[in-house]
Amino acid sequence: MTDETDRDAVKELYKIASDIYDQIDSGKIPKMVLPLRTKSNIRFDPKHGVWKYGKATGARTAKKTNGALMLLRTMYTLELIEDMIKQKKSSTLREMYYISEGWDKAKFNSQDESNLLSEDLEIVTGCMREDFKLRPEENGASIIGNLTIEEFDRKGRTKRINCLDDVGDSGYGIPYNVEKDKVKIVESDADFIIAIETGGMFDRLVENGFAEDFNSVLVHLKGQPARSTRRFIKRLNEEMKLPVVVFTDGDPWSFRIFASVAYGAIKTAHISEYLATPTAEFIGITASDITNYELPTDKLTDMDVRALKAELNDPRFNDAFWRGEIETMLHLNKKAEQQALAKYGLDFVTDKYLPEKLGELGMLKK
Amino acid sequence: MSSIAEELAKKQKEISVSEFFERNRQILGFDSQVKSLIMGVKEAVDNSLDACEEAMILPDVGVQIERVDKDEYKVTVEDNGPGIMKKAIPNVFGRLLYGSRFHAVRQSRGQQGIGISATVMFGQITTGKATRVRSKVAQEETAWELEIIINTKKNMPEVLKQDPVIWDGKEHGTKIEFYMNGRYLQGKQSVMEYLRQTAIVNPHARFTFIDPEGRRIVFERAHEQLPPATKEIKPHPDGLELGTLMNMAKETKLKTLTKFFQNDFSRISDRLAKEICDKAMISTEKNPGSLSLEESKRLITAIGQVKIMAPQNDCLSPIGEGLIRKGLKNVLVEQRPEFYAHPVTRDPKVNAGNPFLVEVGIVYGGDLPKDQPVQILRFANRVPLLYQQGACAITKSIESTDWRRYGLEQRGGNGIPFGPAIILVHVASTKIPFTSEAKEAIANIPDIQAEIELALKICGRSLKTHLNKKETKSRTRAKFDIVQIILPLIAQKSAKIVNKPVPALSGTITKIMNVVWIDDAVVYEKGKHKVRVTLYNYTPKGQKINIHMVVPKDSFDYTGLQFFPAEVKDDGKITWELPTIPSTHKVDINFSLKGLDKEAYDDNEIYFSGIDPVMVIGADLLPGDWDVKRLEVTETAPAAVEEEEEEVDYDEQKEALNDD
Repeated sequence: MTDETDRDAVKELYKIASDIYDQIDSGKIPKMVLPLRTKSNIRFDPKHGVWKYGKATGARTAKKTNGALMLLRTMYTLELIEDMIKQKKSSTLREMYYISEGWDKAKFNSQDESNLLSEDLEIVTGCMREDFKLRPEENGASIIGNLTIEEFDRKGRTKRINCLDDVGDSGYGIPYNVEKDKVKIVESDADFIIAIETGGMFDRLVENGFAEDFNSVLVHLKGQPARSTRRFIKRLNEEMKLPVVVFTDGDPWSFRIFASVAYGAIKTAHISEYLATPTAEFIGITASDITNYELPTDKLTDMDVRALKAELNDPRFNDAFWRGEIETMLHLNKKAEQQALAKYGLDFVTDKYLPEKLGELGMLKK
Repeated sequence: MSSIAEELAKKQKEISVSEFFERNRQILGFDSQVKSLIMGVKEAVDNSLDACEEAMILPDVGVQIERVDKDEYKVTVEDNGPGIMKKAIPNVFGRLLYGSRFHAVRQSRGQQGIGISATVMFGQITTGKATRVRSKVAQEETAWELEIIINTKKNMPEVLKQDPVIWDGKEHGTKIEFYMNGRYLQGKQSVMEYLRQTAIVNPHARFTFIDPEGRRIVFERAHEQLPPATKEIKPHPDGLELGTLMNMAKETKLKTLTKFFQNDFSRISDRLAKEICDKAMISTEKNPGSLSLEESKRLITAIGQVKIMAPQNDCLSPIGEGLIRKGLKNVLVEQRPEFYAHPVTRDPKVNAGNPFLVEVGIVYGGDLPKDQPVQILRFANRVPLLYQQGACAITKSIESTDWRRYGLEQRGGNGIPFGPAIILVHVASTKIPFTSEAKEAIANIPDIQAEIELALKICGRSLKTHLNKKETKSRTRAKFDIVQIILPLIAQKSAKIVNKPVPALSGTITKIMNVVWIDDAVVYEKGKHKVRVTLYNYTPKGQKINIHMVVPKDSFDYTGLQFFPAEVKDDGKITWELPTIPSTHKVDINFSLKGLDKEAYDDNEIYFSGIDPVMVIGADLLPGDWDVKRLEVTETAPAAVEEEEEEVDYDEQKEALNDD
């Protein structure tokens, strides 16, 4: 990171503190105004084709205990970030949470709380959390496929890696920073990217040689994908012009995984244009797959049903396809895992299911 | 040969009182193994307490239960009472219905002299063993020890053995040892629970209990004074029955009706006696012995038509508001309740010529279980009632009170409420109307139930006031935290980051609070109650305010005062007219109360006046009847301090952000 971005970050953070200071100094109740980070406040941004925060705002005010404490935490966090920038250090989000142990009353109650605050700061300053010297824990999402990249490694060397030939069966581990100064995408002759929710299915496709046979790049999402995973998919999509398909379990939570890859997550809607790949396609498991392929299923739990109903009010799912999917799943009252395809044998997914589904999407080059 | 009828008649005659009870032991409460043991202890302990109090001795009662055999226990109860003269011992312990109390109109534990001899008899029936009594009166050198059995046919005691003995270190007292079949258990209905509850309502007594496993539990004396002795009174005319009137008229030595009414009844004056006679159209000079049935009936009617003063209450022995609290605190220390509601002792009322009064105490919070029905402690004349809870007027009164209004959970507003509370109800009377001879439950007399309900409501209001106060406090406490702790830190931190001096907070503070906040505390130190009332003016302007408090009579200490009250009334009402408190300043009123027991004062009663009530949190507006009578706190919900939300609170968004 350059000194210039550091200076920008410090300037933006100073503005927050200065704003709070001035409000108190003029006898007002200090507050910070932020866009509401709720599903009712996300709007489609036609320019980028992704979902971003709308105009509705909320105030974090010292009038209430929670608000006052968050403002105090903000002050402590600003101080911490300034110190890290000065000392050229960085910390993980988890470390930041533990650092707050020494903040007495301002200590975070959970890591969710500290994560949310770091995102709030991104929103207010327009900086990225990396600019604040905050980074996520390594999440180990990985890639296998005919793709060549150059990584600027920890020893300052540039390493050229082919993600098919130079890696083991667990693939190339996506680092938390996938910006150009860290990872350069050199070349790829793959036809498409397939992003997979579960490790079990990723390994199945690896073992079955799906990357080679179908000339594809396999990306393991590892559940709800980390920012770097989404960012890397986006870069591959834009820079290598690779179409993206998303292959998940068939349950309400997997729908949300797809939404965060393709439309932008609510939590990070302030940087959706940077993380989301609007052209990504959902391949399955769809609700209709459950019937069409007669898959083994589980009954929907109460939580599943609540999640599906919430999705009916989620503007990102407000189209014919998703309404149909959600309503069908509610009607069936069933969900299925990716691995349920193993009912028909270990090769079924690569021999039959995926070719059929990819064919429907017109993605198979004969 | 005599006829069968004759035989039966002969047999019937032979059934003595003792025999009758032997055949109907459940009437006395000896109907189960567990209960028998409790009843045995109860009868002996009741006797000991009554004896001590009659002799003006602070009771010190020891109870020991030892297991002799599978079902057989030995019970020993020893007191420091006046002792019993040797010649009276056999009759006291070996003859049913013997005793002086049977004919007296006064409040006592046993009420009818059936208890201890029934215990002796029960022991004798179940184990075949005699009862051993040792007793010493102060004026004799030695104690006497007697072994007694009851001749159940004749209802007469038989003394098997009697010896003079030296009772080491014992000035006076009585010890009784008996054996009985029973079962020792722990729990809600147990000897231990009986003693615990007895200790609550008898804070002037000390109890030592040694259980069958040799564990020794002591309930220390919490109060060094005996309750005032109860007096015997003459029958009160209210509720007088025709037969009783006619018997009394026949037996009186007085020669005229007016004299008879005046002397043989309580609360009838010369004037009132004449009024009764006039109303009955009978000569005031008539000899009571010559009253006809018709005349007696007219007199009864006339009595019902005149206004007669309630019976004097010195024949009743209320525990008293102070001692209810003390007794509860003494025994409940371990549960650490957060609140003892101000106990209620109602004025005596009359039911069928017998004065009675009701007392209620409520304990709340602490470690008391939150999700269970409240614990009900029922007492009749200071004796715990452990059985027949459902049949008792006390339980019925609790069930028919809507406790939701007083902060307890209750489905549909009736039934036993749920919550971390203990409700104590004591009914004292010269004659408690029990549902049965076993004296386990108070009968459902409407007048008594109404009194209990009233007392419960008054006490319940005190609980509700406490809960309201607590609720307001916790809400204000949160704001106090903001302005006193969090905001100053935000100011410091932001100043440090922007490298400027720490800004003044007063403007922000008054905008956040905009109230005068009254916080108070009371601690007991070195024999005094130290009271602090702090007023924080968190409004943008200076505020003038008057503070009013109620403290126990004559306890206010005038020394060391910074703010001298404008008025201190005889009944303990104090008023301060404070100087203007500048914005964001505070004022402390500190004073002491002297000469009070620790338990006598633990909650400040604070009111304010002279300021818009919406500006004040932490005290109530001075009620309109301040100058009229003893204050009754009116049930007003704390003023809602809803702020208008011109904007959405960012941190109160319920929607979880992690759902995608």
